[in-house]
Amino acid sequence: MKLPPVEYEAPTTVAEAVGLLAEHLDEASVLAGGQSLIPLLAMRLARPAVLIDINGIDELHGVSAADGWMTVGAMTREYVAEESGAIGDAVPLLAAALPLIGHEAIRSRGTIGGSLAHADPAAELPTVARALDAEFVVRGPSGERVVPAAEWFEGYLTTSRRPDELLTEVRFPTAGPGTGTSFQEVARRHGDFAIVGLAASLTLSQGAISDARLAFAGMSDVPVRAADAEDLLIGETPSAELFEEAARRATGDLDPPADLHGSSDYRKKVAAALVRRGLREAADCANYRANEGQ
Amino acid sequence: MVDITLTINGATCTGSPEARKTLADFLRDDLNLTGTHLGCEHGVCGACTVIVDSRPVRSCLMLAVQAAGSEVTTIEGLAPEGGLGALQQAMWDSHSFQCGFCTPGMVMQATAFLSDHPDADEQQIREALSGNICRCTGYQSIIDGVLLAIERNREG
Repeated sequence: MKLPPVEYEAPTTVAEAVGLLAEHLDEASVLAGGQSLIPLLAMRLARPAVLIDINGIDELHGVSAADGWMTVGAMTREYVAEESGAIGDAVPLLAAALPLIGHEAIRSRGTIGGSLAHADPAAELPTVARALDAEFVVRGPSGERVVPAAEWFEGYLTTSRRPDELLTEVRFPTAGPGTGTSFQEVARRHGDFAIVGLAASLTLSQGAISDARLAFAGMSDVPVRAADAEDLLIGETPSAELFEEAARRATGDLDPPADLHGSSDYRKKVAAALVRRGLREAADCANYRANEGQ
Repeated sequence: MVDITLTINGATCTGSPEARKTLADFLRDDLNLTGTHLGCEHGVCGACTVIVDSRPVRSCLMLAVQAAGSEVTTIEGLAPEGGLGALQQAMWDSHSFQCGFCTPGMVMQATAFLSDHPDADEQQIREALSGNICRCTGYQSIIDGVLLAIERNREG
């Protein structure tokens, strides 16, 4: 499968890229790491007239922390984020999810912004962003706007980015004291997209849960939060019974898709198991961090 | 057409590929470096893995124009003409491969991984090679070959 003929632009600044997007709008695709877009082109599932390659835009690379947020440039490669000690310390849920993305060679090229703009509902990063209420910074001809994760994912491979906007950075809140996280997934093989994935985060204060976050991959056309289960958990003390009830509430109203990897019922059962497993690990991790004074 | 200059296996190369041409097709068709194999052509099988700026990369998922200015190593660049590198020799001695189609991708992926993890254990090797598909061997002989290379390297 060869790529169809396509015009190619390689801007070196965000302003230049936004100008090209404004000119070509829906006719353009933004090429970041290319690990999803190039197969889509090869299989003719995407037919842009113009590729806007943002690999040469230096200002889109990099990781920095300030005021309780970890800011990750959209072109930051997944392997760079994976090797970042700063992300490991401050956003452990993101750090846990990164090694599960594709394979090593995919993470060499794949980018944080690319995965989040592609918005595959079975992918790891959208689920992490949704669980943590990450913020998406996009720049268009009229300036910058910030989109919360709850409004970013609109449907299967669809985000609220407008055609003349470029995703420039993603901000993840840093984990507070007493926070434990877990990323769980079941896939046919290591590196495959998850049949079901779960991002879980619990914050304990004096033994009780003060913040709970649960988001699923692979259960809908967007990453989904389990708000009912989160409400149940807050104020309670971690226990197997509590987590069992949380798993019931998290999956009760979901109607996940069926495909050759699993039926809808199977996905629900897996999801419930992952909630129990994820909450247990997040609680253990939160206890450990609380004892270590982190 | 886009004019590019890059380093391939230590030598400077120039070319004018169409923007849509993948690095894999550029290596094979324009430079006649046919050691890089193309299996699935959409990033699933790992056969086309090469090393770009010290990282393993699927050359079917990267445009040739994106490799401008980069240092690319292909299977042809691992050992002098007609010879075998230490990893290749260990895989040869372990009967790692049968039909040979996945071989260049496996060797390039393992080479990139071992350069960062010279003391990797079996589990780590299995994970590092998990994105490379082999339909002949059942993988055990490939893992054995990488483990043998590590052992020989350790013994000096």
